[in-house]
Amino acid sequence: MRPLLRVEGLAKNFPMRGFGAWLDAMRGRGSDVRAVDGVSFDIATGETLGLVGESGCGKSTVARCVLRLVEPTSGSVRLDATDVTSVDAAGLQRLRRSMQMVFQDPTAALNPRLSVRQMVEEPLRLHSDAPARERREKTDAMLVAVGLGLEFGDRYPHELSGGQKQRVNIARAMVTDPRFVVLDEPTSALDVSLRSRIILLLETLRETLGLSYLFISHDIATVKYLAHRVAVMYLGVIVELTDTRELFARPLHPYTKALLSAVPIPDPEAHRERLVLAGEVPSPIDVPAGCRLRGRCPFAQAVCAEPVSLREVAPDHFVACHLVAG
Amino acid sequence: MSLLELSDLTVHFATDAGPVEAVHKVNLWVGAGEIMGLVGESGSGKTVTAFSILRLIRPPGRIVRGSIRLEGCDLLALSEEEMRRVRGARISLIPQNPRTALNPVITVGGQIARLFELHRGLPARAAWERGVEALDQVGVPEAPRRMRQYAHQLSGGTCQRVMIAMALASSPQLLIADEPTTGLDVSIAARILDLLRELGSRTGAAIILITHDLGVVAETCHRVSVMHAGQLVESASVRTLFQQPMHPYTRALVRSIPRIDREVALEPIPGSVPSLLNASPGCRYVTRCLDRLDICRQILPPLELIDPDHRVACHAVEASRAAVA
Repeated sequence: MRPLLRVEGLAKNFPMRGFGAWLDAMRGRGSDVRAVDGVSFDIATGETLGLVGESGCGKSTVARCVLRLVEPTSGSVRLDATDVTSVDAAGLQRLRRSMQMVFQDPTAALNPRLSVRQMVEEPLRLHSDAPARERREKTDAMLVAVGLGLEFGDRYPHELSGGQKQRVNIARAMVTDPRFVVLDEPTSALDVSLRSRIILLLETLRETLGLSYLFISHDIATVKYLAHRVAVMYLGVIVELTDTRELFARPLHPYTKALLSAVPIPDPEAHRERLVLAGEVPSPIDVPAGCRLRGRCPFAQAVCAEPVSLREVAPDHFVACHLVAG
Repeated sequence: MSLLELSDLTVHFATDAGPVEAVHKVNLWVGAGEIMGLVGESGSGKTVTAFSILRLIRPPGRIVRGSIRLEGCDLLALSEEEMRRVRGARISLIPQNPRTALNPVITVGGQIARLFELHRGLPARAAWERGVEALDQVGVPEAPRRMRQYAHQLSGGTCQRVMIAMALASSPQLLIADEPTTGLDVSIAARILDLLRELGSRTGAAIILITHDLGVVAETCHRVSVMHAGQLVESASVRTLFQQPMHPYTRALVRSIPRIDREVALEPIPGSVPSLLNASPGCRYVTRCLDRLDICRQILPPLELIDPDHRVACHAVEASRAAVA
């Protein structure tokens, strides 16, 4: 089956400016921030791909490049038959209704001067020529679908709780019948008790509307619940990509192992091995050659200085590590 | 005797619409060397309780009832001058957001050294040396260089270590850590918790760890107190709380989180945190509770001893225990 979204060799460099960058250039050192450095994955219709990794690993930049909210430096993104990376401005505008995004901070994402109804209806105004009555019906249906109800239509963001605001954001993203939605930490700013409800809402919407999600989060337990497959990113590259169950049962990359072993388990009886990596994530300006985890990895050997790429070590289990057999 | 004992603590915030009862008749205790988790949703009164212990509640907030005893001495009876000698010296706070808690225009070292000058009366040079040692102890690499840097030059994890070093500068008997790992990446968070645990056992300080993350509680704390809408609903040893949660709220809380160690069906807690404005005299979980009885609305259930290390404030639990007995 052909995937809905196919991302190949995606890269994004942010050039550095100012005296420091000039000095680096004089010394013959590269001074680009290599935020994303050759990332490939695909997402099937109705599938959720989880993208996990720590702050600064490039996961949000991947999402923004996929939607072309920032221009990728190289690589290609295809949504079904359309090449997102090469489409012109008018084409991109048409494409926007099929690919949407829900942002992390539900308050910052809303316009404080618009009512809930105006905000949810706005994408329809922009992306369709449906008559007013149809737009209104569609907006009402969406408000109900996200569990807000029609009485919220005339309220403004300051009258809403965090969970309600995120429901408005979700309604607004889903109202144009998109096929693909990026969820960038949609539950991180919410209180614990609200998180589970938003997670369940997102799952219901995906099932009923047949959506595909790219779900970005550093909350690994939530990713485990929502995602069918998970990609683990470290310093601008994917280091492991596989089925969710497989990843949690058999993590292979040392970075994945370390990440999973650091997640606190709500069970005092649970005992497990912690894998602790030395030091902190290096700067993406001065990326180490070869495996990027080399300097911190307890298993590093001479071979790790060689370039490494993602390869299939078991059916549908991709790992970028020299030391994993297969 | 416990190191710290709160009884009947009640804190009101005056508003135009009437008093908001942010903390309502809370009984809490912490023993020396113990790590006690304080858990609940936003607005459950965790932080207000912690700030009350330090007497940092400012108008329109007011502690209207209750006592806070540190080694038997009621902190609420102290003068502001005497209280100042308790704060930072015997009880210290690790605030929620380490980056905003540090002064952005004074070097890290300047801020730490000042503490040793104030609390230990050390001269400037010796205070600076102690600052370097303090950073070393909490695992900040290259401590002498870090001392000369400013908050914006440090990562979130390092900022939090600096805050912990500062909180420990005066060897306090009680450390209050308010969501010390919220906003940090998991691997950094895990190391901060390791550090708190290790410091707890090494210095013998008691720690109150405020968090909404049950995973953090399970891995770090000895005992847990659960708060809901300003009331304490359950208090137990960590093991007991996770094996046999009794209060309907605690049980709902445990079932509402996704977890990585097993497959679960997510069950969100019904309803939302009730308004604390002119709240009813009874149990405040009543509107969300599936086990509620008629009495729950009128009378606040007392914190009943179920086991030596397990207390629950719930009429329904009490009734079913009475039926069995």
